Amino acid sequence: MKHTLSILCDDIPGVMTRISGLFSRRGFNIESLTVGHTEKPGKSRFTIVVEGNDQILEQVRKQLQKLVHVIKVWDLNHERIIEREHALIKIEVAEQERSNILQIITALQARIVSSSGSIWVFEITGDTAAVDSAVNLLSQFQIVESIRTGKIALEQGN
Amino acid sequence: MKKGKSTGAKTLVKSLENAGTEVIFGYPGGANLPIYEAMQRSEIRHVLARHEQGAAHMADGYARASGKTGVCLATSGPGATNLVTGIATAYMDSSPIVAITGQVPRNVIGNDAFQEVDITGITIPITKHNYLVQTASQIAPIVEEAFFLSGTGRKGPVLVDIPKDVQTEEFASQQEKRGNLEGYNPTMKGHPGQIKRAVSMIREAERPLVIAGGGVFLADGFEVLSQFIETTKIPLVYTLMGKSAFDNRHPLNLGLFGYHGRRVSNTAVTKADLVLAIGTRFGDRSTGPLASFARDAKIIHIDIDPAEIGKNVPAYLPIVGDISNILPRLTELAETSTMQFEGWTEYLKNQKPPNGQSQRSKNYSADDPAGIHTADILRIAADIFPDAIIVTDVGRHQIYAAQHFPVSSGRTFITSGGLGTMGFGLPAAIGAAVGRPDKKIVLITGDGSFLMNIQELVTAKESGINLTVLLMNDSRLGMIQQLQDYFYEKRFDISKFDTDIRFDRIAEDFGCTGIRINTIEDFFKNIKTASEQRGVTVYDCILGEEENVYPMVTGSNLLELEEGDE
Repeated sequence: MKHTLSILCDDIPGVMTRISGLFSRRGFNIESLTVGHTEKPGKSRFTIVVEGNDQILEQVRKQLQKLVHVIKVWDLNHERIIEREHALIKIEVAEQERSNILQIITALQARIVSSSGSIWVFEITGDTAAVDSAVNLLSQFQIVESIRTGKIALEQGN
Repeated sequence: MKKGKSTGAKTLVKSLENAGTEVIFGYPGGANLPIYEAMQRSEIRHVLARHEQGAAHMADGYARASGKTGVCLATSGPGATNLVTGIATAYMDSSPIVAITGQVPRNVIGNDAFQEVDITGITIPITKHNYLVQTASQIAPIVEEAFFLSGTGRKGPVLVDIPKDVQTEEFASQQEKRGNLEGYNPTMKGHPGQIKRAVSMIREAERPLVIAGGGVFLADGFEVLSQFIETTKIPLVYTLMGKSAFDNRHPLNLGLFGYHGRRVSNTAVTKADLVLAIGTRFGDRSTGPLASFARDAKIIHIDIDPAEIGKNVPAYLPIVGDISNILPRLTELAETSTMQFEGWTEYLKNQKPPNGQSQRSKNYSADDPAGIHTADILRIAADIFPDAIIVTDVGRHQIYAAQHFPVSSGRTFITSGGLGTMGFGLPAAIGAAVGRPDKKIVLITGDGSFLMNIQELVTAKESGINLTVLLMNDSRLGMIQQLQDYFYEKRFDISKFDTDIRFDRIAEDFGCTGIRINTIEDFFKNIKTASEQRGVTVYDCILGEEENVYPMVTGSNLLELEEGDE
């Protein structure tokens, strides 16, 4: 099953290695990992998406919790989270595709962030499913490059 | 140097003193010399090991015997990597040590400088925490933190890596406070609700059993465990690390269980309807195949580390906290309830005499064509050293020691259980002797293990300790041979050593006393005076055709075991 772990930790060198090491040792492949500052000075928050055996992952969560610089680990409940991902997609747009692609962009609520000749760059923000379907729809065109941030997530309410 | 200024190295030594350090086991090198300079003016004793691995095991042995945090010191690069086995050994057995390493100067870190190694990177998985010190002003708070982390909660090794230029850096010393360690809050007090539930589970049980693990040792929970057992009359089995948790001769102590456990202990685990696991992580050497482990029992798991709950064996009722806090409260509540487990203890008694003693009543006969047996040596030694701290190495002799050398409860049995580090014994015994000069220290070792850190004999000699070494010399790797015998195709040539090494002479050359023992009479005669001997004496006991060590679980559950002399 897929899990989204949220980790609040001290923002110091080496924290990333300590955290990611606990996953790799047990053969977990991290699907996405984002890290950034939080409302608390000196603290950062990781959002890690990982798929694997629930029991082993629970063990990893407990081991994460034991790291001295980790303050708290949440295994976020998928039904109660707000999640966002951001993607940049660079497409080579042929003359005759322009109107078609503009329609799709509008429908997806994506934006054009740069265009240079026939090379356009779009951005899209949404939950993972929304970004997935945008990439899927745009894949009918010539995608030159694309990049996704990976998920950030918070639980709703308190 | 200006007034009010200090250097990193001086601050380090001061901080170690403040943390209560009495002794450092170390080895000098280019990148830690400023620390050695600063130590000259300190009261802290330095024990010069002959290999950094030895220094780490000494710190570990010191910690295990004394209950204080052990400190070892090495230089950068190879000095630091030589500590790794010792640190990993301490980590696996949750032994509190602080390892200090020199590092190359800051401006060349990452440049593959001479004797540079990323020791903090290397030791992340085998330390509770580690530090690469960036400026001299951080040293005091980091050292304070290192000792705090190492010796609290689930104990373990902490490494502090200090670049050489940080050691020599001058700075205006102030009272730097350690950080608040927001993410570190070990649970010490057991949850009152869980404790109440545990008591009612004990009350309802018909066949309860206590499994005592190394956590009892680490928490110095000997007294509280003994009170609990005396009050509840619940029988007890122990893991290798929990051997000295409870008096081995007590009638309720059934003995070692697990892979090399006694049949009665393994029967108790398998038939129990309630298991109180106290300070054990259910290691694979004790549980055997998990599917059949304690299959009829509900398990109450008491441990200080929440990550151990449910890791290997599901816990019906977990209690996270310090044994010293939890057990007295359990005992208190249990006192008010009347519990009757006589039927169960009677049943176990009939399995085998549960007195921790061997059934074999062999005479130590000189004309036994099979020669000396480890078990006989140990039985004789157990009478000579009733009150000693036993340190073992790793191998067949280790299991023999666990089975045939009964000890009283306390910090009396020191062994490398988790990592199973051959070569642990001698340096650990030195550390133990330095930490507990009031106690007799007996090292039980084998020829394979002893040779792995034999250089430390000179450290033993120089440090002025009293140490008796019982070396079980069969010129082979006994445990390996046993595995080959059972599970492989008996290619014994790789587990047999061709050279007859004169360990008695080696001992003499290192300045110790060496005695070669060829018959059990020899041993009997020579060992009698051992408790008064000063200095280090190595009894190089030449074994006959050594038997495999039994019992040994060979099947798919703890009751499918090969029995033998037990």
